Amino acid sequence: MADSSHGAPGSSVTVATPGRTPEQFENPGLPPHRPRLADRDPRAEKRAERQVALLFFISILGTLLFFAGYFFVELDQTIARLRLQNLLLGLGTAFAMLGIGVGIVHWAKTLMPDHEVTESRHEIRPEQDRRDAEKIVNDILDESGIKRRPLIRNTLLGAALLAPLPAIAIFRDLGPLPGDVLRQTMWDTGVRLTRDPSGTPIRASDVTIGSAFHVIPEGLNEAEHKLEEKAKAVVLLMRLDPEELNPSPGREDWAYDGIVAYSKICTHVGCPVALYEQQTHHLLCPCHQSTFDLEQECKVIFGPAARPLPQLPIEVDSEGYLVASSDFQEPVGPSFWERG
Amino acid sequence: MSSTTAAKPYVPKTRVGKVTDYVDSRVGGSGIVKEFGRKIFPDHWTFMFGEVALYTFVILLISGTFLTFFYDPSMAETNYDGSYLPLRGVEMSVAYASSLDISFDIRGGLFMRQIHHWAALLFVASVAVHMLRVFFTGAFRRPREFNWVVGCVLLILSLAAGFTGYSLPDDLLSGNGLRIIDGVMKAIPVVGTYLSFFLFGGEFPGTMIIGRLYVLHILLIPAVILLLIGIHLFMVVLHKHSQFPGPGRTNTNVVGYPVGPVYAAKAGGFFFIVFGVLAAIAAAFTINPIWNYGPYDPSPVSAGTQPDWYIGWVDGALRLMPGTLGDNFTFEFLLPFPWGVNTLSLNVLIPALVPAMIVFTAMFAWPWIEAWVTKDKREHHLLNRPRNAPTRTAIGVAGVTFYCVMWAAASSDLIATHFMVSLNDVTYWLRFLVIFGPIAAFMVSRRISLALQRKDREIALHGRETGRIVRLPHGEFIEVHEQVDDYSRYKLVAFESPEVMVPKPDADGKVSRLDKVHGRVSRFFFEDRVAPVTPREIEASHGDHHEEVAGAKDREAITSR
Repeated sequence: MADSSHGAPGSSVTVATPGRTPEQFENPGLPPHRPRLADRDPRAEKRAERQVALLFFISILGTLLFFAGYFFVELDQTIARLRLQNLLLGLGTAFAMLGIGVGIVHWAKTLMPDHEVTESRHEIRPEQDRRDAEKIVNDILDESGIKRRPLIRNTLLGAALLAPLPAIAIFRDLGPLPGDVLRQTMWDTGVRLTRDPSGTPIRASDVTIGSAFHVIPEGLNEAEHKLEEKAKAVVLLMRLDPEELNPSPGREDWAYDGIVAYSKICTHVGCPVALYEQQTHHLLCPCHQSTFDLEQECKVIFGPAARPLPQLPIEVDSEGYLVASSDFQEPVGPSFWERG
Repeated sequence: MSSTTAAKPYVPKTRVGKVTDYVDSRVGGSGIVKEFGRKIFPDHWTFMFGEVALYTFVILLISGTFLTFFYDPSMAETNYDGSYLPLRGVEMSVAYASSLDISFDIRGGLFMRQIHHWAALLFVASVAVHMLRVFFTGAFRRPREFNWVVGCVLLILSLAAGFTGYSLPDDLLSGNGLRIIDGVMKAIPVVGTYLSFFLFGGEFPGTMIIGRLYVLHILLIPAVILLLIGIHLFMVVLHKHSQFPGPGRTNTNVVGYPVGPVYAAKAGGFFFIVFGVLAAIAAAFTINPIWNYGPYDPSPVSAGTQPDWYIGWVDGALRLMPGTLGDNFTFEFLLPFPWGVNTLSLNVLIPALVPAMIVFTAMFAWPWIEAWVTKDKREHHLLNRPRNAPTRTAIGVAGVTFYCVMWAAASSDLIATHFMVSLNDVTYWLRFLVIFGPIAAFMVSRRISLALQRKDREIALHGRETGRIVRLPHGEFIEVHEQVDDYSRYKLVAFESPEVMVPKPDADGKVSRLDKVHGRVSRFFFEDRVAPVTPREIEASHGDHHEEVAGAKDREAITSR
């Protein structure tokens, strides 16, 4: 039995009587029609008819249910009431539609003829048509003379290639050129670090070890392009044991007594890096799980980001509030071609 | 037709006849009725997916039109004063405020939003499943290659329609989605930054993007989709629908039910069923509760967020790509040019573009790739059962696996939190699976296809197992097999099994390099094959296998007792 089942052409069990049986099975033709219950039994037919009518009746009830939900459920600013109305409208529509749909399909399947019909396929286009078309196109090309007059052809080609360019150029004013805006944020020497979103300034003494603040620059809430500035300027502020920070040369004075500020905009594709794991001193981006290590100046230790989060140099002003020593020393957020 | 009947003017007698006569003598139309009234459509449950796609699109147009009457795509700042108390007084864009108004202050608005969103999810899903059906059954082969390409474009447009619509409420969730798009766009070499500034009308987020997406979403994309659906259906009518092989069904006929009344009733009724099911889902299941997310703000983000399902695979790819390898290697390259240093972010570009390019290029080119491999230029109106094209099926399953691993990766954080496993481990495993999963899937599914073909051969040759064990006079036990009838058997044997094509040397006795490659590819495709049972084999098996005969005798013996 195993022999005959793999069907390899060379080793099949074809032995007997070559030439007498056909190579392939003949198509046996459509199987005989099997009458349905409703075809044979008038009572079944009557029953199917009643079922279809019942389904249509359910549809009518569904429409009424919709109106009941629409007119008799007063919205009163609570979610519960809104949900109730939504449920009634939806169920009403569902019954109205399903009643009609299931009814029609049931009708078609039980009562309409179910004899399969055969129709033959035809060639999509006779070959003669194709030859005629070829001749017509060639005649048109000949009469136009486009093949014989290369000067006309080439100048037309050049004109046609150039003509769409204005249609592209006219979209130039969709937006301004980037310029230097991606390299600057609202942070500058002496700009206070304030809480997001209230805008109240933060004293160094407010920041206890282990705490984290979401920070915006002072004056952001009144800025002209608030969202655009905020998209670049948001900062995370955390305080660690100063011994756990390992500043690289030149960055020793960017922190204040273990308080560090890092850009909150992921260097991958720009999601806010909003999760701070207090125990491990890791920052995690919830969008694509890039993980940054605060103890290594926010170096990427996992995930798709390729660059550390930029650090904002901070100090304390005469009133004890945290301020920026300067803007970020590099562009924040996702990389771009001109970034360098 | 004789001249006497031609001279006699046609006088309609029935009421239908009078209406027909009135319309036809003015604008024509009886030709259309003659063409379509009794046109035959084959019936199979897998042909339903395309219908679902068409019907959900109609539902999208209906519900979407309702929404446009109340939605305002402006990004101007406003203070919310609608019915949803927790957000009263909050500063937000007009677009978000009007989306909230649709949900809370317009009766039926929430229902329309929900049915629109659910229909959009189902639209992309049904387009995708429809395409899988077409792929796995070989319905893309000549003469339907162009229609396959139109379908591929429709899939891309349905993704575009979905994404542009997803962003319109201008809530926190969709805003973060846009931000990711902005980040990906900026990674494109040379023009990326400019593209981003042009799309957003300046720096992200700007005040233009919602209005621009709105025009794309309600005008441009649906218009092109509508046009392409027209072309798609025109070609379906031109080609006549394909059908599965079976008794009475050949490459030169169509077997099924006539449009009037059966097919029209079934297909028309099905529209109402799709509508009804979507309404039931929209009634019971909340989708995109934008009031929970709040207005867009570049600072907050909620953990565990997911894009709509069809964008998931790209988001998953973004998550899987490592940004750095070890301590020193990063996928972000600084390229020194004479004018300065430029940045190339392969850690963003590779996952955002490469998987999509692989999938879509393979999809668009597949009809021609397969035609080149099989050298088969004939018209095909009979479909393949997926098992009867094992290598194609295996490639399709490998593609689906590739897609699904990336899709799963878009939920890597949720997998980690729900199953209490390490997020990093989930990512490592998925990185492994995205490479080796498709290979394993290819091998396993090809084996399964071949095994199913062998099972078909068994049944065609020896009949089905009846489960009756019979003891023969000399003590042997056998299971009685019952031959299947001619109609059932024909379903098992009506397929072609192409063989490996060996490259032939040309007149100089040389084999061109392309022919050699073709020979190798052909071997890869068709080396393992199962041939359909031939009538001769059946005859031989009846002669050879004495247990069959013995079984039959036994059966007689048992039944005559």
